[in-house]
Amino acid sequence: MDGIHDLGGKQGFGPVRYTLNAGAFHAEWEKRVNSLYAFAVRSGVFNMDEYRHAIERMEPRHYLTASYYERSLTSLATLCVEKGIVTHEELERRAGGVFPLAAESAPGRTNVATRQAFKVGNAVRVRSEHVPGHVRMPGYIRGKSGIVVGVTPAYPFPDAHAHSIEAADEPTYDVRFRSEDLWPDSAEPALVHVGVFESYLERAV
Amino acid sequence: MTRIAPIEQRVAAIQGALDAHGLDTSKAVEELTHLAEEQWVPRNGARVVAKAWADPAFRKRLLANGRDAVAELGLAMPKHHRHLVVLENTPTLQNVICCTLCSCTAFTIIGLPPDWYKDLEYRSRVVRQSRTVLKEMGTELPPEVEIRVWDTTTDTRYMVLPVQPPETIGWPEEKLAEVVTRDGMIGVARL
Repeated sequence: MDGIHDLGGKQGFGPVRYTLNAGAFHAEWEKRVNSLYAFAVRSGVFNMDEYRHAIERMEPRHYLTASYYERSLTSLATLCVEKGIVTHEELERRAGGVFPLAAESAPGRTNVATRQAFKVGNAVRVRSEHVPGHVRMPGYIRGKSGIVVGVTPAYPFPDAHAHSIEAADEPTYDVRFRSEDLWPDSAEPALVHVGVFESYLERAV
Repeated sequence: MTRIAPIEQRVAAIQGALDAHGLDTSKAVEELTHLAEEQWVPRNGARVVAKAWADPAFRKRLLANGRDAVAELGLAMPKHHRHLVVLENTPTLQNVICCTLCSCTAFTIIGLPPDWYKDLEYRSRVVRQSRTVLKEMGTELPPEVEIRVWDTTTDTRYMVLPVQPPETIGWPEEKLAEVVTRDGMIGVARL
């Protein structure tokens, strides 16, 4: 999904708001939200891929202006409504006001049929695909070439797992890209690594 | 009804709905909050780094299979953190971790991510302007230091193994762990 969450390489943002020993939480309710969504995952209400995608499906203006834990809360509430645990009306009655939820999901997809295994050292290209549902391919690597520097065990395929679609688990590859290849003449030199699912890759020629 | 409910009321609403559905939240919230505040702390990663500095055989095992190596110290990782890759800094190499798509970290080892890590600014800029971003955060790297950025996009988690400060060579592990910071293990600071 080419949503607003896909922030890597976006321009116009100001300095990082860095402080030494910065905290993870700044209010009691944030801790409560963090625990509630983790509890829902542990209880099997939804999985981490569904959780991530429900954040991505937030209306872009809401996504950008919400705090991090408000996004967690919105995902948790959206999924509880979609899974039939509570209705949206009941949530708003309990909250005593409007309770904005994320938008409906586009369909997911299963593994790419022509995927193939790679080894460390292989030159690979990220397929130039546009996936409307959940996908863990940041837009900045789409169609770009790099070198495999690591291979992992097989993980659940997020494009399927976020949408209750059957799929085989897939290995992922840590792929090394040159920042100058990702953003020609428009990036500081660095090596940028992304964990890329097998279905997203093809052999570079 | 047009007014957006205050955030605390929305949190209470979803908690009430989960309770009404038969998922008893109160004990779980207490337990998970305790884990977040007391157990998932950077001190865990600091112990790992200190041991890697002091024990070359452990360092080798840590770099080969992070998840198994941290388990030797009694440190667990969640089910969806299936693999831990430890990135070794050198005097001429700086590794930096991020999550451009959300906020993923090896939180049981290096602690829950700080606010700036989850902010839009760090997520958008660290992959494209890494040297400038580090400088803004107080770490100005000489030009000969290569930067390697690692975007956390799968169930793999990363942590940085900082360069051991030379004055600490020979120190006992407990004392070494005291010089290891969370930001050093994220890779935005050098020790």
